[in-house]
Amino acid sequence: MDTKKLAIIATKGTLDWAYPPFILASTAAALGYEVQIFFTFYGLQLVRKSLNGLKVSPLGNPGMPMKMPFGPKWFRGINWNIPNAVQSLIPGYESMATSFMKQTIRNNGVASLEDLRSLCQEAEVKFIACQMTVELFGFEHSDFIDGMEYAGAAMFFEFAGESDICLFI
Amino acid sequence: MNFDKELDARGLNCPLPILRTKKALGELGAGQVLKIVATDPGAVKDMQAFAKQTGNELMSSAEAGGEFVFFMKKK
Repeated sequence: MDTKKLAIIATKGTLDWAYPPFILASTAAALGYEVQIFFTFYGLQLVRKSLNGLKVSPLGNPGMPMKMPFGPKWFRGINWNIPNAVQSLIPGYESMATSFMKQTIRNNGVASLEDLRSLCQEAEVKFIACQMTVELFGFEHSDFIDGMEYAGAAMFFEFAGESDICLFI
Repeated sequence: MNFDKELDARGLNCPLPILRTKKALGELGAGQVLKIVATDPGAVKDMQAFAKQTGNELMSSAEAGGEFVFFMKKK
């Protein structure tokens, strides 16, 4: 049986959107897939050495439930519906929401991004950074983790063209 | 049921039970049996799917007291 292939383009650079590429890539690798992730535009944030800068913003994101990660169950269940206009005026609102989401992630036994990323690398998922956007955003190769390859769209298509599943995230 | 190795995946969420299962199976020989205990309800369907796609045999899948117990035989 031929090895199945999964090609992912990761374009988002927030804490919440960092999860899908790494979850899908690590799972596919565990299932025996050969996997490549092409990081471009804001997706480059996911391969920086430190992931501490990733944040999640509830501002203008009506799909995001705003719940407290502590306290009794009834309290955790409340969805704090805070208007955009108010969110935008409170300094540090985004940082607070980010720390709440990180706590919720820990509370739920969900892996940290660093762990998932390492698991991907251990499973030989290939990480490719888009050289054009690396330069566009003023990054250096030394900003990124070891084991990256730097290339353009043509290299992505070489793999994606023969992939079984191709996702744009 | 007899088993050769046990994996405690309690408290772990998707995709960790599958990733740890894959790793634990890697430490076994062909025909050996891995017992997995998980608390993630999503693991029930995921273990079936993992077995189907990797060719390892899911010998049994059961729930007891909020825990899910699987026996997987390595291909």
